[in-house]
Amino acid sequence: MTLPVATNSIGRDTWTVFARAMRLSLRNPAWVVIGLTQPVLYILLFGPLLEPLSGQLGSGNAYQVFVPGILVQLGIFGALFVGFGLIAEWRAGVVESQRVTPASRTALLLGRVLRDVVVLLVQGTVLVLVSIPLGLRAPVLGVVLALLVVALLGAAFSAVSYALALTLKSEDAFAPLLNAVVLPVLLLSGILLPMTLAPGWLQAVSDVNPLKHVVDGVRSLFDGSYTSATAWWGLGLTLAMAALGWWFGVRRFRRESG
Amino acid sequence: MIEARGLARTFRRKKQEVRAVAGVDLDVAAGEIVGFLGPNGAGKTTTLRMLTTLLVPTAGTATVAGCDLLADPVGVRRRIGYVSQSGSTQPEALAGEEVVDHGRLYGMSTADATARGRRLFTELDLEGLWERKPKAMSGGQRRRLDIAMGLVHEPGLVFLDEPTTGLDPQARANLWQHIRGLREERGTTVFLTTHYLDEADALCDRILVIDSGAIVAEGTPDALKSGVGGDVLTVTAARADEVGAVARLVAGLPGAEPPQVHGDRVVGRVPNGGGALVQLVRELDAAGLGVAGIESRRPSLDDVFLGLTGRSLREEGAPVAPVVPEPEGALR
Ligand SMILES: Nc1ncnc2c1ncn2[C@@H]1O[C@H](COP(=O)(O)OP(=O)(O)O)[C@@H](O)[C@H]1O
Ligand SMILES: [Mg+2]
Repeated sequence: MTLPVATNSIGRDTWTVFARAMRLSLRNPAWVVIGLTQPVLYILLFGPLLEPLSGQLGSGNAYQVFVPGILVQLGIFGALFVGFGLIAEWRAGVVESQRVTPASRTALLLGRVLRDVVVLLVQGTVLVLVSIPLGLRAPVLGVVLALLVVALLGAAFSAVSYALALTLKSEDAFAPLLNAVVLPVLLLSGILLPMTLAPGWLQAVSDVNPLKHVVDGVRSLFDGSYTSATAWWGLGLTLAMAALGWWFGVRRFRRESG
Repeated sequence: MIEARGLARTFRRKKQEVRAVAGVDLDVAAGEIVGFLGPNGAGKTTTLRMLTTLLVPTAGTATVAGCDLLADPVGVRRRIGYVSQSGSTQPEALAGEEVVDHGRLYGMSTADATARGRRLFTELDLEGLWERKPKAMSGGQRRRLDIAMGLVHEPGLVFLDEPTTGLDPQARANLWQHIRGLREERGTTVFLTTHYLDEADALCDRILVIDSGAIVAEGTPDALKSGVGGDVLTVTAARADEVGAVARLVAGLPGAEPPQVHGDRVVGRVPNGGGALVQLVRELDAAGLGVAGIESRRPSLDDVFLGLTGRSLREEGAPVAPVVPEPEGALR
């Protein structure tokens, strides 16, 4: 019996899974393009509506308020939908065929999540570049930090999405679950308009939504207020969500797939 | 190669417990081709998924390829190959890339996995399909691709779950050839499941018959068939009202077991089919009973299954079904 030399490591396995996932994404870029079109449409078709409101928004530039919201939206909702791809892979037998190898279970998740993060970063960069000719003004450091937040959020939500997909194993169960979560979270996060415009009761409700604070944090990064409490709250909550999402995802991938 | 004791798995689905596998003992020696024969839902896949570390047994222990299933699942994974019932490749990927990535997940270098994959493509008649997408392959090609995936790391033990289900007869015969070749050329131990009798008969050194989560018989195909107790005698009465009289004559043959009557057909078992046939024809003639058909054949694995479970494998789940006549020697 010949045995292959045992050279599995979590880093190498992650790279194999990442490279495979990336290759498949690039071969069928429709989803990447669709995922990008939506935020760009928001910027192009919704952004101009905000320009007359600039005064009420507090800062001088509507896009400085709006682009961070759309970035966070991209990070969360782009990532939440990746589970659909895993359900398709599970059905094709790919998940099982990977799980029967000695590869690290964590790597099977991490490689996929990294692919999603790279896709998100490309989308986020395009989004920022598109907004500049429309009037976005923001410090480079702020934008870079904002993209870092998007990457962390994306990693958290894509890990959660994969874990849920592997548990539910059916688009018919996964889609309603996402829809039930996405809309209220979206409306209560001030992604489209800052919650400062909202009446008191609505503000109070949105205060318990961590994503609202993340959006506010990213807005202050775009503002250049790196040391403000808002910025730190946003970053701190992002790290907490990333840790939680990662824990949830890894736990699911270590269990049997059922 | 495999030694399992009391392996069991219960699924809980909506408060209902399904005992998919209810305590299975298995011993497979190195170099054997062993078949797990049973109808759909018997627990074949569940047993395989336990032995390949994909499912945690609810009870029992096993050593697979020298490693303890529960204590060293990674060791087991390293040493086995698994071809699942439901495929293994992404329809949109390129076949060769899937094989190479699979090899890499076993710790192989890209170069080794590529060389080995190319060789497997040649051996499995997949030449020229390296850059083809699985979705653009025929069922037989896709199945052989699954097998290439399962063999890329040259495992000493390979599990094949229903390797030929859904293939046409030619593709099946072709795949059997490849499976035999695994053992002949490489000494690979093969553990496969099937619900096809002819597959178990043609391919396996030894068969384990599984039904409702338990192994009900075990042996070489020939031993199982001779265990049935003689040849199968089938007589079709010319007139339905004479079936009873025909059955009484069959029952009276030397060494015969009480025959079963299905419509106008009498099915009996006798130790010596040829001799019994001659005697029966004479007696039928003397009694003035007409027959529409009469034949004696060697027992098939279906007769084995029928004898063990009271159900036929051919018509799954159906109660005792009429035996389909088959010419003598058709199965061996
Ligand atoms: N993941 C699962 N959850 C619940 N029940 C299952 C699961 N997998 C298999 N079963 C049940 O276990 C029994 C055995 O199934 P299986 O091992 O797939 O049979 P076979 O492969 O012999 O057709 C069936 O009743 C099946 O419905
Ligand atoms: Mg099965």
